[in-house]
Amino acid sequence: MSEPKGEPMLEISHLAKRFGGIVATDDVQLAIAPGELHAVIGPNGAGKTTLIAQLSGQLPPDSGRIRFAGTDITRLPVYRRSALGLARSFQITSLFLDHSVLDNVALAVQAHAGHSFRFWHNARREADLRQPAMAALERVGLANRAERRAADLSHGEHRLLELAMALASKPRMLLLDEPMAGLGPDESSRMVTMLQALKGEYTILLVEHDMEAVFALADRITVLVYGRVIASGPPDVIRADEAVREAYLGEEEQEASYA
Amino acid sequence: MKGPFTLRNGAAVLLLVWLALLPLYANLTNDQFTLTLFTRIVIMALAAVSLNLILGYGGMMSFGHAAYLGIGGYAIGMLAHEGITNGFIQWPVALGASALFALVIGALSLRTRGVYFIMITLAFAQMAYYVIGGIDRYGGDDGLTIYKDSQFGGLVDLNNHVVFYYVCLALLFAGVFIVWRLVNSRFGLVIQGARSNEARMRAIGFPTYRYKLVCFVIAGTMAGLSGALLANNADFVSPSMMYWTRSGDLIIMVVLGGMASPFGAVFGAVALLVLEEALSGITEYWQIILGPLLLLVVLFARGGIDGLLVQLGAWWQARRVKPSAPERASA
Repeated sequence: MSEPKGEPMLEISHLAKRFGGIVATDDVQLAIAPGELHAVIGPNGAGKTTLIAQLSGQLPPDSGRIRFAGTDITRLPVYRRSALGLARSFQITSLFLDHSVLDNVALAVQAHAGHSFRFWHNARREADLRQPAMAALERVGLANRAERRAADLSHGEHRLLELAMALASKPRMLLLDEPMAGLGPDESSRMVTMLQALKGEYTILLVEHDMEAVFALADRITVLVYGRVIASGPPDVIRADEAVREAYLGEEEQEASYA
Repeated sequence: MKGPFTLRNGAAVLLLVWLALLPLYANLTNDQFTLTLFTRIVIMALAAVSLNLILGYGGMMSFGHAAYLGIGGYAIGMLAHEGITNGFIQWPVALGASALFALVIGALSLRTRGVYFIMITLAFAQMAYYVIGGIDRYGGDDGLTIYKDSQFGGLVDLNNHVVFYYVCLALLFAGVFIVWRLVNSRFGLVIQGARSNEARMRAIGFPTYRYKLVCFVIAGTMAGLSGALLANNADFVSPSMMYWTRSGDLIIMVVLGGMASPFGAVFGAVALLVLEEALSGITEYWQIILGPLLLLVVLFARGGIDGLLVQLGAWWQARRVKPSAPERASA
């Protein structure tokens, strides 16, 4: 999977975003092939979250284009991108905490099951919504938590719930913003196994600090520093790249102490 | 509304039965005052139920909900003043005018958040208050007397106090039922999701604005209906119906009764207005008593009366399940 074949699933060209004098994204080029797991890494402040925000539509880019599955989505609002099949998980857990776990996922299903101007039928009894939601929960191993309030789950379970919600929206591509953030070693390896299983089935863009996970999972890796792409390629090429070692991997020990 | 045999549902049923039998009691004891009081309470409860839909379930803190009372009421009053007393014309106009007003206010205010939303809804309602108070043809600040109730071609006679009371009560039940169905539908789950985490709702693919707007219009229309009933009840409308303190009363009813609960707003309306009546009979400074009472509810009973009933019910249940538990648990 080192050479993207045919039309890329996601294609970013000349993307740029400035906040005052700070260049958060600087002429970023990126193409992700269907089925590829592409990791974006970079030191803190490299513009990874800004990049995700532009891809999901929360931040409008200053210039450049984003194409997704053959459609120019550069100016599309968040909900339209989601409808096209671009699902995003959040770095900071962002759930409906006062709803049940199953309700959370069922909402993600409902978002892609036509309009919701249905005023009468009890949506919690609709098999069309509940079954796919339950299936997504089973997929991430949270089926036994379905009726609990989302607020009562542990942090690790919240991360899995985030993933289940992304899966339930029938995505073509997953934007995963630090799915391992704040996880303990056991939970982390559980998440890696999970992503391993999803790999190939979905095109995935993974932003992650956990280097071990990134090198274990990614088909290709792009390294961002100060908003610029300084290297992009398969894991072994990135590992060997002098510029990357200098700019980033030197910090690995520091990063490791976080985990 | 989980199990059928909870304390809270029991209380709700008790209240419903009381409301349904009230005219009988009034007739037996020849107590017309209670019937008049409760007619007003039932009408205000309908408005509170509609506010609960957007405030409790939707998290839209509208501080201008009384505007629809005024608009619904004045639609009846103005038409009657112009000689149109046919209810089949009056009531649809009242509902339509409220819906339209809600659509315009909602379309503008729902683009804002938090304090701005509160201020904009408040500003629109105050604007309506001053505009209506400025129309001399319809009485201006002094209000407008309605000489003839809405006529329904002999089908229902709103002049009969008991009939009118039952019309109001039936509409309140219908309102509670509609809101209950609504909030559990797909539409309702979107509304509640937007209250809980709107950014996330957009991220998973919901254009939340249009759902909230429709919800806002539904609530405004229901409150307009309540205004039409108020006009027929008092045979009088005045700008004070839509003054901002009225909007505040409605918010208090919702919070006191318990936000986002099917019967909460009804509990709240009954409790507030009965307390108001009872306390004002004791002293003219009744607000000094009511104020701290409300404070206590907000501080210690977050779910309002409804939440209190649920907690009490759970506590009672726990005691019954473990009868051998030592009594000091409650000491």
